[in-house]
Amino acid sequence: MFIRKNPSVLAFLAILAIFTLTVTVMSEAGGTGAIPTSMVKTLGKTLCLALAALAMDLVWGYAGILSLGHMAFFALGGYMIGQWLMYARTGEIVTATLMNAQIPPTATEIRDGIAGQIFGVVGSAELPLTWAFAGSLPMQLLLVLAVPGIFAFLFGWLAFRSRVNGVYLSILTQAMTLALALWLYQNDSGFRGNNGLSGLQNIPGLTHVSQADISVWFLWASAAALALCYVLAAWLVSGKFGSVIRAIRDDESRVRFLGYSVEAYKMTVFTLSAMICAIAGALYYPQAGIINPAELAPIASIYLAVWVAIGGRGRLYGAVIGAVVVSLLSSWFTGGRAPDLNLGFYTVNWVDWWQVLLGLAFVCVTLFAPRGLSSIIDALAGLRPPMRRGKDLGPDLGALRESEAEA
Amino acid sequence: MTALLEVSGVSKSFDGFKAINNLSFSIGARELRAVIGPNGAGKTTFMDIVTGKTRPDQGQVLWGEKSQSLLKLSEAQIARAGVGRKFQRPTVFEDQSVAGNLTMALKAPRGPFRVLRWKPSEHSSQRIAELASEVGLGDQLARKAGELSHGQKQWLEIGMLLAQEPRLLLVDEPAAGMTLAEREQTTTLLRRLAETRAVVVVEHDMDFVRRLACRVTVLHQGAVLAEGSLDHVSANPEVIEVYLGR
Amino acid sequence: MRHLLLSLLLLAASPVWAQDLANVLDTHRDQISKPSRQTIAPVIAALATAGPSAGPVLEAWEDRRLGLAGERFAIIEGDTAIDAVTGVPVKGEVKALRPNSGVRGLIAAALVQFQLTDPDPARRRAALAAIAREPDESHLQALREAAAETDPVLAARRARLERLLTIRFDPDTQARLDAIDGFGGDTGADFQAVLNPLLTTNRIAATTLPEGANLAAELEPGSDTLPRAEAYRLLVDAGLAEARPSDADIKAALAGNIQNGGVGGVPIGQLTDPDRRDAAYATLVAEGKVAPAASADQVTAALEAHQFADLYVEPEPKITDAARAALRGMATREGTLQAADLALDALSLASIYFLAAIGLAITFGVMGVINMAHGEFIMMGAYTGYVVQTLISDRTVSLVVALPAAFAVTFLAGVLLYQLVIKHLAKRPLETLLATFGVSIALQQIAKNIFGTQARPLTAPAWLEGSVSFGGDVSISSIRVAIFVLALLFLGLFLIVMNRTRLGLQVRAVTQNPGMAASMGINPDRVAMMTFGLGSGIAGIAGVAIGLFAKVTSELGSDYIVQSFMTVVVGGVGNIWGTLAGAALIGGLQKGIEVLNPANTLAAQTYMILFIIIFIQFRPRGIMPQKGRAAEA
Repeated sequence: MFIRKNPSVLAFLAILAIFTLTVTVMSEAGGTGAIPTSMVKTLGKTLCLALAALAMDLVWGYAGILSLGHMAFFALGGYMIGQWLMYARTGEIVTATLMNAQIPPTATEIRDGIAGQIFGVVGSAELPLTWAFAGSLPMQLLLVLAVPGIFAFLFGWLAFRSRVNGVYLSILTQAMTLALALWLYQNDSGFRGNNGLSGLQNIPGLTHVSQADISVWFLWASAAALALCYVLAAWLVSGKFGSVIRAIRDDESRVRFLGYSVEAYKMTVFTLSAMICAIAGALYYPQAGIINPAELAPIASIYLAVWVAIGGRGRLYGAVIGAVVVSLLSSWFTGGRAPDLNLGFYTVNWVDWWQVLLGLAFVCVTLFAPRGLSSIIDALAGLRPPMRRGKDLGPDLGALRESEAEA
Repeated sequence: MTALLEVSGVSKSFDGFKAINNLSFSIGARELRAVIGPNGAGKTTFMDIVTGKTRPDQGQVLWGEKSQSLLKLSEAQIARAGVGRKFQRPTVFEDQSVAGNLTMALKAPRGPFRVLRWKPSEHSSQRIAELASEVGLGDQLARKAGELSHGQKQWLEIGMLLAQEPRLLLVDEPAAGMTLAEREQTTTLLRRLAETRAVVVVEHDMDFVRRLACRVTVLHQGAVLAEGSLDHVSANPEVIEVYLGR
Repeated sequence: MRHLLLSLLLLAASPVWAQDLANVLDTHRDQISKPSRQTIAPVIAALATAGPSAGPVLEAWEDRRLGLAGERFAIIEGDTAIDAVTGVPVKGEVKALRPNSGVRGLIAAALVQFQLTDPDPARRRAALAAIAREPDESHLQALREAAAETDPVLAARRARLERLLTIRFDPDTQARLDAIDGFGGDTGADFQAVLNPLLTTNRIAATTLPEGANLAAELEPGSDTLPRAEAYRLLVDAGLAEARPSDADIKAALAGNIQNGGVGGVPIGQLTDPDRRDAAYATLVAEGKVAPAASADQVTAALEAHQFADLYVEPEPKITDAARAALRGMATREGTLQAADLALDALSLASIYFLAAIGLAITFGVMGVINMAHGEFIMMGAYTGYVVQTLISDRTVSLVVALPAAFAVTFLAGVLLYQLVIKHLAKRPLETLLATFGVSIALQQIAKNIFGTQARPLTAPAWLEGSVSFGGDVSISSIRVAIFVLALLFLGLFLIVMNRTRLGLQVRAVTQNPGMAASMGINPDRVAMMTFGLGSGIAGIAGVAIGLFAKVTSELGSDYIVQSFMTVVVGGVGNIWGTLAGAALIGGLQKGIEVLNPANTLAAQTYMILFIIIFIQFRPRGIMPQKGRAAEA
């Protein structure tokens, strides 16, 4: 019933499945090896970014909240899983070393050893309170969801309750990320300051498995998470709940007079989307191998909004397309693989000019093609948005423009 | 007759300008009432206060049999308590279908998690079809509200108000921009609605008010100037001065 | 004892010289020629009381210039020598005396009183300085006894020295207290140097704390000031408890006694348990293989059974209290000075934020548009300043040219941005925010491509280097003063433009009611364009100002943009005074938090942002919100 009403979900899942299978077959892990492991990792990470963009689209495209701080939740998810990865992995190494000694180590000795290994770099040898559960995978997995969730809930409660919205809210979310990043930069906050957490690509207990295999496993995990969250998001936005949040996006005060508590809905969507972002981050950073506070820089979150806008906001597939296309193009251009463009009088080196191209392309998309890349799909499907005589969908700042409307 | 809504001694000023000045007003559970007054008399602010959009500086707003104060409630809570509001401009959710608009308005639990679990049922779709045909949109259920004409949007909004099943209906200038026939229809509808609930109509148009044939409250400078039948208040010299004297 | 003796002698001998110099020298000839530190004190005392002519003798003795010419003492001056008593030149060989350093120290102390009354003021000053450098108990007496000082400066210096030495050496508690009080609000380093040693403490461990000791603080083992290990070490040092080897020592001892896959009967596999390790060690102790050690439980018991405290070395509580109070007072006064310094710092920071935010506030107030490229306009202004400076070498002229040039460049850029982008996104502030962000990343990268990634200098003219000082202790660099003046100038300019010009009137009209303004014949589009240009132009000027003290890089703008946003958000929209208040609040707050936690500017920024997030809860529309009914909606 749900699938029949949303054929695009099925199409999306099919494409995702084909993509994952193709990459697996062509990977170095039991496949032809046409795609190197580093590329598999890049693709896996791209899927995670797509998942984050999906979460961003939920809050911005559907609920009209332009959050410029969503990468904070992404990074928090990464930090939470990173704690376990780093602790358990260091634990393995420390235990192995201590076991070589004549007298076997006590639990305290192992713990002190781990703390010294992890925190020696910031001049401390004590395990901070924030690492209390670092030894337990189930607890840290729970924290991956709980910490960003609670954080988003508290922030949402503060912001939405006092009816901060529009540009103010965007700036506030940006400030939130910045504050969190600055806090993490401090050595004494217990997350290794600007060193961040590293060596995350080594999965504890799986040292005998090659990175090629692990990269494929993570690709599958990322694809599965993306698929699940996509279905969840599609289910959310297609029902009455979706109606209500889109209504909030377009005309918030009217929704209040219908008896819906706008704040509760915004908080629900914001928290949920933060948790999806956190899942994405928890899958991303083991593939990236390192996480540090620079990942929370406000600009990262704005890029997330850029991806959604370029893909086409208010459509789940738009967010995914935007994230995939822009991040892959970005790594292609900045990786120095793009050929230089010789204009005769000047040679355009894409490593230097890609940012300029992206910036201007983004301005153009906002101006001329608000639906972004999704308009290509709409054109292929022969969909046309209804005629509204130039009016936006609602009076609110987050409302979709006429030209952005879904057909 | 006990009052459904009792507003007493309410004042509200904006940066020194007294929009509402010691206003008292009450309406019974099944009553039709017209509120008239010149521009700036405080009609809109009065509705804003009742619906919780604006907090008064002083005074009381009591609601229902238990005389619950509305001043501590949010807009959404007041709406759930049974106060419906129809805006002057039609405000429907343009991006959503007629059915979607009505579904949202349909009386049902409003919490996010209850809404997540909500599924369309036989009963709900039947009710939506009923409401749609009542406001003349029976064959437009699948269309997006944004595509409807101005008048159709007005009717859709009235349909949404009916779906909410409010105990008190605040209607802001319903006749604005309507054809004669539509006005006729609106009058009939409002009078019928007032048989089962309280209806407050804020209106400029004296003709329309006359058609409603109900008690009239005249507002002036944020306070009640006169109250009674239309004939009674239009004989009041103060009212005449306010309306014609300037 | 020596001190007492000396003072007794001095007291007894004062007005009339008891023995004349010749007599003294004769009497003590042997001791003077072969002095010993133990016995020489009375001799020196006798010499010191032998009249003014004894001074040169003592001095020469100390300098190893005193010698014996047969039976008589002579003072050696270069190649010649004179008789110590008569001053007559001495012929023949003079055998110089070589007193050891201990004796010379005693002589020097005795000499002080001669130096203090020396007719040459330079020598008197040197004597005071010498005392101040290495004060000694005996000096106090000398200072008190020496004849009145005639030079007023030296007299004051001597009186101060006397009081400082009183605090340190006087046996009378009341005299010391009076001396401390006498300094009142003094914050001198010498006074502090005297007070601080009074508060030195010894950490002790004891079964019960000694009766009548001057207790500084009682300590709890396991607290931050006294970790358990440290406390136990005190007990061991005091002989109150048995030493406990560290865990590592125990481990090493165990490792050294492995037999048959076990230690002391405990299999190695079980040694992961700390209790089993203790058991194994106990067995080793019983077998006499290792030294006995206190167990963990014994450590705890010992720590609980004893008391730990910091005791003042100074036994008199009244003195330590007075010293503490005086130091506290000093800290308060220094705090006040620092606060003044800080206020100036905060003021200049606020000026920068104000300059950076004012353009943003204008565009936000009039159009509800947040220009994310605002920071890049600041950067453009700074680079314009840099380019102008490369063209014009005279720094003052180049600065004078750079300010309008930066305004012109960024004004044009602003107008262009408005015409090309912002106009087409009217009433879509969120889209504008994102589109201008696109412009921002493009501009930043272009700047990087043109000027490279390394910082470019924008040097201030010579007259702006250096600093302006207020009352000695508080000073501020001239550039910051200039920026403050610039900010004031722009505040004034802005007020004039807004309140006295046609454009200002139109801007106010459009801000308050765009529809009505349009129907009055104002072209809102043109007004918006002009205000946008104006806001951008001010950003350019702010860029020059910021570039003067910060390095010009392509990221210059993004360093200031978030603070500028905060300023606008906190201050409220559409009101220049709001922006001013916002800038003052944010600048002051940032500096204020930095003082509370000076080591950590990161923490300061974190707390500031948190404060702002919470502030927005209570004033969602800023300090000075837009007024009127429209603002309610």
